[in-house]
Amino acid sequence: MANQPATTFRIARAGPASLAAAALGALVLAILAALPAFAGRELIQNLIFVFDMLALAQCWNLLAGQAGLISVGQQAFVGLGGYLLFALTIMAGLDPLLAIPLAGGVCAALAFPAALIVFRLRGAYFAIGTWVVAEVCRLVLAQVKQLGGGTGTSLPPAVTSGVIGIEGIKTLFDVRTPAARDILSYWVALALMAASFALVYAIQRSRRGLALGAIRDSEAAAASLGVDIASVKLSVYVATAAMTGMIGALIYLQKARISPDAAFSVLDWTAYVIFIVVIGGIGTIEGPIVGTLVFTLMQHYLADFGAAYLILLGTLGILIMLFAPRGIWGFVVERYDFTLFPTRRRLFVEQRREGENRRIP
Amino acid sequence: MPEPLLEVHGLDAFYGDFQALFGVSMRVATGAIVAVIGANGAGKSTLLKSIAGLMDAQAEAIRFDGVAIGGGPAYRTVARGIALVPEGRRLFPSLTVEENLLIGGHGRKVAGPWSLERVYGLFPVLKQRRASAATTLSGGQQQMAAIGRALMSNPRLLLCDEISLGLAPIVIADIYASLAHIKAEGTSVILVEQDIVQAMKASDRVYCFQEGRLSLSGRPQDLTRDAIHRAYFGG
Amino acid sequence: MTGWLDAVIQGILLGGLYALFAAGLSLIFGVMRLVNLAHGDLIVLAAFVILTLATWLGLDPFVAALLAIPIMFVVGFALQHVLLNRTLGRDLLPPLLVTFGLSIIIQNGLLQLFSADSERLRAGSIETASIALGGGIAAGVVPLLTLLSAIAVIVILNLVFYRTPLGRAFRATSDDLEIAQLMGIEVGRIYAVAMGLALVVVTVAALYLGMRANFDPTIGPARLLYAFEAVIIGGLGSFWGTLAGGIVLGLAQTIGARIDPEWQILAGHLAFLVVLVLRPRGLFPRAVD
Ligand SMILES: Nc1ncnc2c1ncn2[C@@H]1O[C@H](COP(=O)(O)OP(=O)(O)OP(=O)(O)O)[C@@H](O)[C@H]1O
Ligand SMILES: [Mg+2]
Repeated sequence: MANQPATTFRIARAGPASLAAAALGALVLAILAALPAFAGRELIQNLIFVFDMLALAQCWNLLAGQAGLISVGQQAFVGLGGYLLFALTIMAGLDPLLAIPLAGGVCAALAFPAALIVFRLRGAYFAIGTWVVAEVCRLVLAQVKQLGGGTGTSLPPAVTSGVIGIEGIKTLFDVRTPAARDILSYWVALALMAASFALVYAIQRSRRGLALGAIRDSEAAAASLGVDIASVKLSVYVATAAMTGMIGALIYLQKARISPDAAFSVLDWTAYVIFIVVIGGIGTIEGPIVGTLVFTLMQHYLADFGAAYLILLGTLGILIMLFAPRGIWGFVVERYDFTLFPTRRRLFVEQRREGENRRIP
Repeated sequence: MPEPLLEVHGLDAFYGDFQALFGVSMRVATGAIVAVIGANGAGKSTLLKSIAGLMDAQAEAIRFDGVAIGGGPAYRTVARGIALVPEGRRLFPSLTVEENLLIGGHGRKVAGPWSLERVYGLFPVLKQRRASAATTLSGGQQQMAAIGRALMSNPRLLLCDEISLGLAPIVIADIYASLAHIKAEGTSVILVEQDIVQAMKASDRVYCFQEGRLSLSGRPQDLTRDAIHRAYFGG
Repeated sequence: MTGWLDAVIQGILLGGLYALFAAGLSLIFGVMRLVNLAHGDLIVLAAFVILTLATWLGLDPFVAALLAIPIMFVVGFALQHVLLNRTLGRDLLPPLLVTFGLSIIIQNGLLQLFSADSERLRAGSIETASIALGGGIAAGVVPLLTLLSAIAVIVILNLVFYRTPLGRAFRATSDDLEIAQLMGIEVGRIYAVAMGLALVVVTVAALYLGMRANFDPTIGPARLLYAFEAVIIGGLGSFWGTLAGGIVLGLAQTIGARIDPEWQILAGHLAFLVVLVLRPRGLFPRAVD
């Protein structure tokens, strides 16, 4: 019986802090929504980027931090979302605001066949499998001549300025078309960012969330709780694909120009995102916020250093992983026993197995 | 009293927050066979793993040949002269029988009585099966291979964890007969055994464990059935 | 018809290169279950080491590669000892993310040092030499050498794994880490030696990578994917399976390219996906993991 893992469970519930956090969250959201009335165009543009990255980070955090699905291929869905936006607007003549959720839906649908493939690979091989799938998407879209093939294409001005609501924003805020476009993108980005939080929060609070916590800590323990691991993982994979696809669509609506290499860039849409989550604190809702702040500042002040900047990011990521694997937020929580969004039921599986006595000197 | 080969003193052991051993003390003299008995979960295997350096422990809690060795590292254990025959045998499945034996001698630092030929002499069936994968052996043969693997390092202290578990009586008799040869080479043995009668017969001294604590010790002939029963099951 | 036959022959030869990429990855996974996301970048790094030695010392790439081998062994040993051993354990995330970070560091480090320009290992007349196989088909000498080297590397790796005490220790450690330590095996060292050995194989791969085509600091990740695909197609746990996987991948690429030159890479990936769906344990499975 020596190999029997000794497992103990502890379930924590929400304190008053979480109610306060919900109120705070609503307030912040309201302020952010009203911001275009006061803020300049540059701030709005920067915030779009911040929201996009934060939403992507929250999705990756859900995948890797909660479901243990370590993907290095999320750029597949960013790129697909972007290309779907272009296809649906240019080829099918849809309004971009309609095309974004549609792109999310199609990404969710495409996530099923993708899952059929990558879920055959376990653990670390899953990661590389997702990367291959992203490469396949990039190479296939480079063959689609209607969307510019390998060099890519631009959104015609008629599409970008013809979005429903632009005219209303122009009169409401008394701005010109480009600024109105930014404000619209800003609101969509804000909505997607909020939705990504809601998704994580809802999943964590649901029964599936309980299951997820269990999966992250120990698949064996989860299985012994009667959790259908495969279906939980699949639903998380599909849900994040949909979110990621919508974010991708928005990103490329804003950029108005797409190419396979940029849309499926592992650096832009996965490496940065992983960095954000790791720096901030993987597996927590708050971590990506902290990580996005740090990343945005670094991006702002250091991105001009190019390769040296990326070396710094890589080194920092490795150091955090080695010496503070729960990131900045994890450190804060450990130090002050404090969380902003305690999900109502949280399962702590505390498990020690023989393996942990492994010492590799 | 001469300095014992192994001295355990106030040993605690933990699996995470769970404490498996509480202040255990015992001594093993050179050339002695010491039996450790106790119910399931009493901490017998944990004791052997601690001596083998697989568990965290205070260095001073375990002294072997005058040197404090508690807490490992495990890879030094064999060079110090301690070998473990682990619970469940745990032969290396992707190695042949002979490779399993040879790897037992991987960390050998001292010359001694045991060599491949002598192990084959002790367990001739292993020689016949030398090129087979370890997984294809019967339970008894696997146990022999596990003992042979441990002997290949020429240990001064051999730790045997439930070497009769799940084996037929004739096979058990064979294996216990081999212990006599091992002892005859001057090797000390700690024998973890569920079968009390077997343990009493084979040993010079018995230690009984109960829920991580030492509950009884003494020479087999001095212990009454009643005392053992109480030490084993509690109450 | 000769066009297709030519594609098949070139595909088999290309498979040798992919098997070389894959052998190191397979070795590391076999010994320590580590999936090294920086593997492709390490190949490119080795190519730059060979290039630097060849240029500085005015050497032939083959000689430069011989000098690079001990250097890369030390790099691998140190990398494992100092960094990667700290990441191993029950949790998958640290080794994956640390090697991912490493991949970015190596890529950008090389960009800093060597710029984004394409480079090539110049080996003189051997580069263009070829052997006529009749029927208008010829096999390049360098591609032939690549395949032969892949076979030699696999033979040697098999000898090391199945005929030496070191290989015994590799297999024992991979089987049962805890008991292996009780055999006197210092696991951290064994892992470091394995990584050193993997980078020796990587250096051989880099030699042919650099002689057959242009390379630049950014091409590492694609090599990682080819290596990974060859390993999975072949089936985990056997070096010969890895060679077969490399050849299947090479064939898919050259045949795809024969249909449309733009489909070369895509065809390779698709072949991998098809194998994964139909035979998830690869074509020649061996290991039970
Ligand atoms: N790897 C482990 N992780 C957590 N707890 C463990 C582990 N191994 C053993 N334990 C616990 O430690 C206690 C002592 O276990 P140990 O294996 O030493 O008992 P034992 O006397 O050898 O029992 P058995 O006769 O079943 O082999 C038990 O309560 C057991 O559940
Ligand atoms: Mg036991």
